[in-house]
Amino acid sequence: MRTMKGRVLVVDDDAALAEMLGIVLRGEGFEPTFVADGDRAMEVFRDTKPDLVLLDLMLPGMDGIDVCRQIRAESGVPIVMLTAKSDTVDVVLGLESGADDYIVKPFQSKVLIARVRARLRRTDDPAPETLTIGDVTIDVAGHSVQRAGEPLNLTPLEFDLLVALARKPRQVFTREVLLEQVWGYRHAADTRLVNVHVQRLRAKIEKDPERPEIVVTVRGVGYKAGPG
Amino acid sequence: MKGAAASFRASYRGWLARPRPLFVVSRSRTLLWRLTDRWRRSLQLRVLTATLVLCGVVVAVLGYFLMQQLVADVYANKAQSAENIANVGLATAKANGELSRRPNGSSQQAMLSLARELEPSGGTPYAVEVTLPRMMQGPEVYGAGAVTTTNGGPPPVPADLVSHVSNGQPGDLFKVWAELPAKPGGKPVPELVFGARFGKVYQLYYFFPLSAEQQSIASMQRTLLLVGVALVFLLAAIAWLVTRWVVIPVRLAAQGAWRLSTGKLNERMDVRGNDELAALATSFNEMAASLQEKLEELEDLSQVQRQFVSDVSHELRTPLTTIRIASDVLFAAREEMDQAAARSAELMQGQLERFESLLTDLLEISRYDANAATLDAEPVDVCTIVRQSADVAQQLAERRGCRLQFRLPAEPCIAEVDRRRVERILRNLLLNAVEHGEGHDTVVTAAMDSAAVAISVRDFGVGLAPGEDQLVFDRFWRADPARARSSGGTGLGLAIALEDARLHGGWLEAWGEQGRGSMFRLTLPRTAGGGLHGSPLPLNPDLATDISEPDVAAAEASPDLASADPAAAEASGAVTKGAVTKEAAGGAAENVAARGGQPDDEVAARG
Repeated sequence: MRTMKGRVLVVDDDAALAEMLGIVLRGEGFEPTFVADGDRAMEVFRDTKPDLVLLDLMLPGMDGIDVCRQIRAESGVPIVMLTAKSDTVDVVLGLESGADDYIVKPFQSKVLIARVRARLRRTDDPAPETLTIGDVTIDVAGHSVQRAGEPLNLTPLEFDLLVALARKPRQVFTREVLLEQVWGYRHAADTRLVNVHVQRLRAKIEKDPERPEIVVTVRGVGYKAGPG
Repeated sequence: MKGAAASFRASYRGWLARPRPLFVVSRSRTLLWRLTDRWRRSLQLRVLTATLVLCGVVVAVLGYFLMQQLVADVYANKAQSAENIANVGLATAKANGELSRRPNGSSQQAMLSLARELEPSGGTPYAVEVTLPRMMQGPEVYGAGAVTTTNGGPPPVPADLVSHVSNGQPGDLFKVWAELPAKPGGKPVPELVFGARFGKVYQLYYFFPLSAEQQSIASMQRTLLLVGVALVFLLAAIAWLVTRWVVIPVRLAAQGAWRLSTGKLNERMDVRGNDELAALATSFNEMAASLQEKLEELEDLSQVQRQFVSDVSHELRTPLTTIRIASDVLFAAREEMDQAAARSAELMQGQLERFESLLTDLLEISRYDANAATLDAEPVDVCTIVRQSADVAQQLAERRGCRLQFRLPAEPCIAEVDRRRVERILRNLLLNAVEHGEGHDTVVTAAMDSAAVAISVRDFGVGLAPGEDQLVFDRFWRADPARARSSGGTGLGLAIALEDARLHGGWLEAWGEQGRGSMFRLTLPRTAGGGLHGSPLPLNPDLATDISEPDVAAAEASPDLASADPAAAEASGAVTKGAVTKEAAGGAAENVAARGGQPDDEVAARG
């Protein structure tokens, strides 16, 4: 794997942890910037235009979930949450407010680096390729999606998820396979990641997200692209 | 019985002239069912029915005796007045000079005039007969016979009365109750007949018909019946009203208690007056209030506890993360340090991992203690989870030189479970089994029926002493204190696994025998919230048909995600079914000998 450079914004109020994260990120060739206050997070985000945000959920001022929502309203930048709570509600709430992935504290440095790399990994020059499911057209090289000629604004993760499903229409993907292909998890991870992001994706691409026609649930197995 | 019912049905059908027997039967059955149901559920109905039946019996008995008395009185009065008339008539007859002589030619005339004399003159109706017995009627007694005052011939004299009169003393009056033959279309009328002998051979008979008395008795009976029925219904109505007074507040209390039990803690009863029912309502309200208070207190406590757990979690985890990462950095750079510092970095790294898993387990168990654990159930293939949970145990098994054998059904075992929790349970069971398996293979079996899915994990290690099958689930319990340091577990694994199983409404049970190994069985309902009535797998391996012995020819278990498909499961299941070796029999003896040589490289191996 080639060394990746990238600007990482660390939003964390714990000075020691932030500094430690900085040491590790710099050691791996990233450029970290820091902000300790939820209220100032958006300001710093707009100034630094990071390639990835590491976001602690518990922050003074504005809380991490709101910061996440605001960033997502402006940008599709990958967001990785740092959370001390692995309880269902907090994690799902964070994912629903737009985070791409999460890491539960305490974590190892190599896990952090692996998660960050996975989110920054992009194929350099994808071959020109156009995929179609229903009335949705995906231009893989151009990173754009259209439904009935209208452009749709997907985050990189949502785009990757849709492309993974669309490349093999009618093949059923288990959540585990999707976690591996889209998120880069080599071992079993939290399948709620898939569930929440499929819902977010549906909300953008489906005519009626309650009765999806493009990303269909196969009960007890997983998901597939296309009807029938 | 059946025949009668059938014939009844047939006639009923004919009468209705619309053949719908099924409808009739099912409807009557429904009605019967509804009645029995009502009977069981309604105290008021039972009290009412009991009152009706008891009052009916009492009124019937009383009415019967009253009627008997009335009838006896009426007939006794009649008999008295009739006897008086008959006595007067007899005196008149005795005083008749002509008829005190022997019968002769003028006897007939004398009898006729006597009969006329004795005729009823208004008042009580009766008939009189003056007669000369047939044996006295000879040629010298011209035309003498029976003379009666009734038209249409003399009424027949009862035979027993004739014999009394013939054999009795002259002048004695005899009485007989008899019955007049019924007229066509009518009922027989009772009558009272008096008879006596007078003169030498003449006989005098009085006939008193009792039709008037019969009619008045019948009318009395009707009245009494009417009054009785009215009385019974009146009493029933009173009983209904009285029970209503009592039952309605009780019913309200029952409804209130029911609503309270469904969680509506603000439910209270109206208190009216000062009586027992008011006391019931007051007590009910006090109970509800204290329940509400206690529940809210508990809820607050649980909330506080939950918040505490959450805070501790966050507060501890953030510095721990920093320590962890710092340790990672030091550990990575240990080759540049001197020997003491390098070893210290290694030890820190290893113990941090232990510390982390201990913290995670503690927080998990305190989450259960605070009732803050929630089930995040979704339909998943439990067999896939079994394979995925095996990764860590698989690595440990490879180091120990043994294998995990999977005996999973070919078809997917779909159940609504919390994947994270089931994975945690299985990871724990598998690690435990390999750890305590003494180098023997571990057998994992899964089975499913309509209601439940079960997974059993069998090892052939030291096993459990009697009573330990319950102790293993205790927190920080260890089978052998001397070995405590060697195992990497936190001592909370099985306690958490048990809570995880309970959260699903499932079971986690242990079986073990010293020298034969142990078996843990997890049974989960296939629908979230569904009940369990049994397990598709036996807990005692002596009852199992195909897991009593480890199988050398078992397919290599692969926890690889991509290949976790039904075909792979089928393959391993099919292979393991057929081949059975004799390893277990010898294995048990080996186990005892092999104890003590426990590899204790867990900590170092992890780092």
